[in-house]
Amino acid sequence: MSAEAKTDARTAAVRFRDPQIEMAHGAGGKASRRLVEGLFAPLLFGSLRSPLNDAAHVSINGSHLAVTTDSFVVKPLMFPGGSIGELAINGTVNDLAVSGAMAEFMVVTFVLEAGLPTEILQTQIQAMADAAQKAGVRIVGGDTKVVEHGKADGMYISTTGIGELLRGVEIDPNSVRCGDAILLSGPIGDHGITILLARGELDLESDLRSDTRSVLPLVEAVVAAAGPGIRWMRDPTRGGVATSLNELARDCGKGIVLFEDEIPLHDGVRGACELLGLDPLHIANEGQFLAVVSPDLADAALQALRNASGGAEARIVGEVREQPAGAVLVTTLYGGSRIVDMLVGDPLPRIC
Amino acid sequence: MKYVDEFRKPELIRKAAAEIRRLCDPKRYYRLMEVCGGHTHAIYRFGLKDVLPANIDLIHGPGCPVCVLPMGRVDDGLSIAASEANLIFAAFGDMMRIPGTRGSPLEHKARGMDVRIVYSPADAIKLAKANPQKHVMFFAIGFETTAPSTALTLVRAKAEKLRNFSVFCNHVTIIPAIRAILDSPDMRLDGFIGPGHVSTVIGCRPYEWIAKNEGKPIVVSGFEPLDLLQSIVMLLSQLQRKEAKVENQYTRVVPWEGNRAALRAMAEVFELRPYFEWRGLGFISQSALRIKPSYAEWDAEQRFHVPGIRVTDPKAAQCGEVLKGVLTPAQCKLFGKECTPETPVGALMVSSEGSCAAYYNYEHRKNSELTSLSLPA
Repeated sequence: MSAEAKTDARTAAVRFRDPQIEMAHGAGGKASRRLVEGLFAPLLFGSLRSPLNDAAHVSINGSHLAVTTDSFVVKPLMFPGGSIGELAINGTVNDLAVSGAMAEFMVVTFVLEAGLPTEILQTQIQAMADAAQKAGVRIVGGDTKVVEHGKADGMYISTTGIGELLRGVEIDPNSVRCGDAILLSGPIGDHGITILLARGELDLESDLRSDTRSVLPLVEAVVAAAGPGIRWMRDPTRGGVATSLNELARDCGKGIVLFEDEIPLHDGVRGACELLGLDPLHIANEGQFLAVVSPDLADAALQALRNASGGAEARIVGEVREQPAGAVLVTTLYGGSRIVDMLVGDPLPRIC
Repeated sequence: MKYVDEFRKPELIRKAAAEIRRLCDPKRYYRLMEVCGGHTHAIYRFGLKDVLPANIDLIHGPGCPVCVLPMGRVDDGLSIAASEANLIFAAFGDMMRIPGTRGSPLEHKARGMDVRIVYSPADAIKLAKANPQKHVMFFAIGFETTAPSTALTLVRAKAEKLRNFSVFCNHVTIIPAIRAILDSPDMRLDGFIGPGHVSTVIGCRPYEWIAKNEGKPIVVSGFEPLDLLQSIVMLLSQLQRKEAKVENQYTRVVPWEGNRAALRAMAEVFELRPYFEWRGLGFISQSALRIKPSYAEWDAEQRFHVPGIRVTDPKAAQCGEVLKGVLTPAQCKLFGKECTPETPVGALMVSSEGSCAAYYNYEHRKNSELTSLSLPA
């Protein structure tokens, strides 16, 4: 278990000095990390801290468990390919899955806005029930609060999940070695761009759908095929692939090199990103995961993913190298390269 | 994706890079300025410096509208929004993180100001119609690229007698900025990569003096890797032949004569300001646009009290030198320390088109030997 997570010098140095909370503190990038490492972790986690993992690993009387929590604030509540209810289940199932655990039980908190039509609530509860059944997790409790009209975008949902650790896999960024392969389960950016377009502020249309799904079956497939070779996994939600891999690079002190031409991308995502000046590597996903796998088992892991349902577009998208230490470098086939940093603030479209 | 993939083909890019190496005299040094911020972004985004010979230096020019906007203008705009009740401050996403003296528009939003991101000036009109009890002020920035859409929006506002809408105009023009750069005594340039988007509006003729009077070649360029490399090939060929001409590489988008309809719309609504302050370059005469008196009702500067705030750049920040290409971003004392994309001190660090932000995001921390390592088959 990771209860004895080390106090990293770089982590200890972070201080939260920002005078007020900005939207950026919730966007999953640098500001979020500063808030968690500089304010929450020192006061709340004490010496037991590994706050930036997707889930905490704990032991109770010899049983090894993983526990995680997540809140869902999304506008609009329903969008092509999914809804807030599905996200609330899948998000927590996925955080547990990429920590090497299978979600068993979940408790749910609803913050509802006065005036929310029952029909909408009912649709979302049904969506949660369906997603929970599909993911094989049981909802065993919950809480409801209602706030004044105009305060909660209809509804917010928070879910907390607990699960048993899968056997035969251990996730630890410090075990990452040079030469390890970076696996990606499928095309990126579908969720973030779908939400951006669904808000209707841009006169852009596409047939994109959110990728929200439980990644547990894919994780199980890859663990079964290459468990001992898996060093690290993460679902690249807010902040996208770039932010997840930058966190890994910082945690393991190695360089992550991505091969741009290998990164799977739907045309709709590519087009929207080109138009708006966004980098797909910074866009949120809700149904993909990244895995770092030792070179000897990388092909087995890739084949297992591709053979699993929903994993046909999986690719090896990069590898771990010595340099650039602590950073992510994207290389192209023609020999150009660039550093890709964590997302800074919310992704803002570039117009002029 | 059409019009993108063709211009990113590795084999074509390698070919263009080989042609550049062939034309490039190893005994001399080339200083080429990319005028447009979009080019700066593309050069770093595609890692083009990795495929260019070491004796070709690409220098970021004045063509990033966010970067050249003085902090006082940001303060003026935000001060109007702060003092007027029921005012919505609308601007492009590019503007949202620009620091004013008391924080950026995003920080003002976090403190309760009604700040909205719009994707075009026409969206600001939609916003005004949807909020009839409020006033929408569009904070307009940009070169001739975005000025026509602001102009058409004002024409529409006037025609529809929209009373709760105005524009705080910061539009600037590219030619006087290039002239200021060429007049700068510490500036030694061999040629220009001409701005692509601006030229779709103004065409290629306005650059002729650069070739004729200053003897410098200029090639108007597109934004894909192959566009930029081909433009460099065209510049090097001119230099090799000791020529100085205006050439258009971006013919699929830029007509030689420009866009007459767009220019007419600008002429209907805007007139030249006698002078305007540019960040890093100081005051440049006849370099910016203001709204004509016939549109005064929609001119935020006429309608509201503008404090006319002037803020000198922080002394330690060397934005001016970087903007003129005298220093590289990393040579500035604040680079990567006090000044980062998250906490920008100078505007070059704000926009992703700013040379400092582009350098910080894409180049900084890169290990040069790495790029020569083998790439996947």
